[in-house]
Order: sequence, then structure tokens, then C-alpha cells
Amino acid sequence: MEPFHFHTRVIQVELLGITASSVRELLAGIKRVPAASIYHHTHHYLEQHRYFSPEHPNDFSYWITTSLGIKSLGEEIASVDLVQFKDIESLRQRFVEILDNYLQRVKKPRMCLKGEEFRFLSSRIFILPTPFKANNLEEFLECLRKTTIHSIYFHTFEARLRLKKEDNDFSYWLRDNGWQALADKLSCLDPYTYTLEGLRNKIIDLVREEIKNNGQT
Amino acid sequence: MAKLEEYRSIVGGEIIDELYLLAQKLKGISIQNINSTSFGGGVAEILGRIVPLLQELGVDVWWDVIKGDENFFAITKRIHNSLHGANIILSRREKDYFLSVNRQNGARFSRWGDIVFIHDPQPVALVEEKARLKNKWIWRCHIDFSAPQPDTWLFLRRFIIHYDSSVFSAPAFARRLKIPQILISPSIDPLSEKNCPLEDSYIDSVLYQYGIDKKRPLITQVSRFDYLKDPLGVIKAYRLVKKYTDCQLVLAGGAAGDDPEGEKILAAVQEEARQDRDIFVLNLPPDSHREINALQRASTLILQKSLREGFGLTVTEALWKKKPVIASCVGGIPLQIAHKYSGILTYTIEGTAYWIKQLLHEPAYAQRLGRNGYAHIKNNFLITRHLQDYLLLFLSLSNTNDTVYL
Repeated sequence: MEPFHFHTRVIQVELLGITASSVRELLAGIKRVPAASIYHHTHHYLEQHRYFSPEHPNDFSYWITTSLGIKSLGEEIASVDLVQFKDIESLRQRFVEILDNYLQRVKKPRMCLKGEEFRFLSSRIFILPTPFKANNLEEFLECLRKTTIHSIYFHTFEARLRLKKEDNDFSYWLRDNGWQALADKLSCLDPYTYTLEGLRNKIIDLVREEIKNNGQT
Repeated sequence: MAKLEEYRSIVGGEIIDELYLLAQKLKGISIQNINSTSFGGGVAEILGRIVPLLQELGVDVWWDVIKGDENFFAITKRIHNSLHGANIILSRREKDYFLSVNRQNGARFSRWGDIVFIHDPQPVALVEEKARLKNKWIWRCHIDFSAPQPDTWLFLRRFIIHYDSSVFSAPAFARRLKIPQILISPSIDPLSEKNCPLEDSYIDSVLYQYGIDKKRPLITQVSRFDYLKDPLGVIKAYRLVKKYTDCQLVLAGGAAGDDPEGEKILAAVQEEARQDRDIFVLNLPPDSHREINALQRASTLILQKSLREGFGLTVTEALWKKKPVIASCVGGIPLQIAHKYSGILTYTIEGTAYWIKQLLHEPAYAQRLGRNGYAHIKNNFLITRHLQDYLLLFLSLSNTNDTVYL
């Protein structure tokens, strides 16, 4: 059995120098920025969430709601179900459809105040190995307890969408090693509805349950 | 000075381990920092901490300072003010002089790094050496770049476009440039003299030394005597409050070595405060870190009423000490303060006065702001995060993909 080697990642944020003052300009920006920018604006809140934000909207919805004051459109953008998307291009397309649709209905879109423009950012990831390796389910459980939430984040969110693996790294490893049911349970989790600590605890519970029920690791 | 290992208990061991791992990847690459002053102001302070820690991580890094006369620094101060939006147009003679001093400095350095890391506009034109040296260059802008005077921007842009990468402190400072623009917020060092925990007896002794009454509310602004920090506006806000609520005001700071305007502003502030025994104007030497720390810790509220701001490290310092902060919504301050959650953001003298009164009257709410601010700083603006950002910055010069496996 190949051990599961936990990795983590650190990010570098890049400023793109592209701004938007209205929904029309936001749409133009969403169409032209790199995929890494769409990923950044829809995911960076997840890691901040545990400390700072009472909820984890994406940046587009937050800006539409707070700087343009268009609550209905903000909610529509916030409600896009990220877990349904297997790649960033189709996610980008969904935002484009929603904003296009809005602009067809509303002929005089609002402008934000000066200084409150949406500023497009992007991010680059640097992936690092951690000391944690698991050869069986019990070791896997122990590693899940010890590794950082950034590592959990990397293997669940980043692997699936940014690295285009379509599923989380944990499920791939579990499936390859015969824990099909557990792998499926992890694949079915909607990680966007948990805090990262909550997600860690949920995965730990599922693994613990598997160990308890089957007794073999 | 604190060793890297001492940060483990503050930020967590895994963060320190990651720093060592990243630093290993820079083996064999030398990095030269260059700025314009070795003391006073946030840049010198950050370099003074970051360079030794990078060295401890095993990175071959050092710090050089350019030399210039009074005329050069008067010009660079005008550049600084015009980048902050002041309506100043540099003359041809000033631009030529600026360039000639940069060229003299370029000829002076005997050792150059594989990566040359230039801080702020003063040494920006050293990049002319790049064609000869064929190494990598990064320009780090520490100041508010949201509305630069166009002529000054065009002058600097001539040089900036030759860099391999640029670094800004806030999203609002981004420009339209073909070179990468990286976002790196500055940081504070929780173990430095300015931020480490202090004995109550020492704090009391500092208050006693300056004749400050520890039993009455104390409002403090710590910053250089610079019109962009609006010390006269702070006095006006204090006077609006003082009509209704008893309090004392401390304006503590000094002048940076590259700021010839500081003395004029200090004189104007002293004149304004002369009649009021509850205003303390403290012109402190640049190494008064412990005293500043004590004054911040003794304060009921901290102000940062800047008209323009790079990042606003005094805000970071105050929040780290769990102090309620009222600050202008400029530069990097909104990155640190979410209004009414981790501090108060204001736009006017009157608004500042209003919130001073509110927080003096509602200490429980004020304390909650301070506590939330502390958590935010701990997770985002400590020196260990800054070290990580710099290591990634250096590594990114040779790795241009979106995803980099180290």
C-alpha cells in the first residue's frame, strides 16, 4: 500500500490591476481574469472564516451586496453551489450567466462609491510536504488530528477544483486501498458548508466510525 | 533580539517548520535589500527584524542603505508627498539630481545579490544596473499608492517596468503594469521591544516620567510628526471630546532620518498644544520602542487619524495589545479593522471625536473591539507570515506557474 502523505500549501496573492465599479465592469472582469483569480475570490474566505467572518460568502457576492447594495443579486451569486462544479471554467460561466441575466433586466446599473471598487486578485500556490504519513486507517486518523487545517483544505478543496482532480485526495487514497464506502462518504460531503475545523472533525468522525464498525485498518 | 524558535509558542510549530522548508529551497541564492535609511519609520524597523530572521533560516541575505545629501532627501520627500496625492510636480533639475544620486550609489556597491530587493522610491533608479548585472530585481512599495500624482508616477514607472516583480501593501495600490504585482502586507514582531509584554511597574514609571495621570482616560496617537498623520486634526478631535469628557492626549513620535519636514510639523503641534496641560507632545528618539510600547499599553484608546497611510503599523501594534483603535479608513488600515468589529473606521475629525466619546463611555464594547482586533492581527499580520511571504516572493522569481511543487 502506498502511504498517504499529507501535504500543505502556502499562497502568494497577486494584484491584477483590474477593477470594477459596476455589475457590468464586474462581469467584464470575471470574463477576462485567469482561472486562479476566480478560484481565489470564491475560496479565500474559507480559510479566514474560522477567525474573522461570520459567514463565508465569495468576494463577488460580498461586494455586490455591500458596495453596490444589490442584495438580491448578491444572494444569487452567494448561492451558487460550488461543490457542483468540477472545474473553474464552468463556475466562471455560471457567474457570467447570472450577471448577464441581471443586466438584461436592469438597464441602469448602480456604481459603487469611489474607493470601494472591486479589485481583482489572483493567487499562486506552493505545495509543501508535511511530516505526516499514513499507512493504515488508524495512522490516517492520527494524521488528520495533527495536521494543520491548511493541509485539510489543500486535500479537500484545492485538489478537487484547482488541481482538477474531480474528487478530494482522501477519497482517492481510501478507494485505492479498499475502503470504498468510506471514500464515497467523504466524496459526498459538501465541504463548503463546514468551517475547516468542523470539516476536520466530520472527516475524523467518519474515519473513526469505519474503524469501529469494521475493526480492521 | 528574539530567535526564530521563540515564535513557536506564539504562532505554532508547523508555521516555523514551513519557514525552514521554504528557506532550504533558496540555497545558493543571495538577496540584497536596499533602502534609504537605517533608522526611523516602518521600513527600517521591519528590515531590522526580518533580515536577521532570514539569516537565521539560512538565507544569504543582507541590507544596504543608499547615501544622499539634504537636497536628495528633500526631493525624495517631495516624491513621497506627491505619491500620496499632493499636487507637486518635480522639476527637470530635481529628477536629474535624483537620478545622479542613484547612479552614484549604484557605483558605490561592491557586492550585488542574485536578487536585489529595493524598498520604496528613493533607490528605485538603481535598477539601471540590472542590464549589466543580469540578476533579478524586485521593487517593494511600502507607501499608499492609491492616487499618485500622475507626473511622478510616470517618472517612477520608467524604472519600475524594468523590475522582475513588484510588491504592494494593499489591493488599492495596484497599478496597470506588465510585471507581476504581489500583495504583501507588512507585519509586527510580537517579541520586539515595541510589542513584547511589559511589567506594570515599568508602564507606570513611563507615565510618571512624562507626568501623565494613570487614573484618567488616555488617548494616544503614535506616529511621526508628519502632516499626513494629521496631528493637528487629532488635537481638534480631542478638544471636541474634552468639552464633555475628561481625558488626556498623547502625541508620541519622532522624525525619520529621511524626513526634513518633521521638525516644522513638530513645532506647529507644540505651539497648538502649549496652553493645554493634558496634551503631551513627546518627541522621542528613534530607539524609544519600550516607551512607545508602555504608552500604548497604558492608553484607553488609540487613534491613527492619518490622511494617507502606507499600511498603518501603529494600528497593528495597538490591536496586538488588545486596544480599541479609532483610525482613518485609508491605506492598509481597512485590511486591519473591520468597522465596529475589530475597531472603528472614521473619515472626519468630527467622526473621530464622536467615536472617542462612544468608546470612552462604553468600555465593555471598546474591549470587545480590542479583543477581536488582536485575533485578526495574530492570524494575519505577525512577522512569521511576513517571512513566509518574502520567501515565496524570492522563490516565485524562478517559478512562474500557478501551482508550484516544492
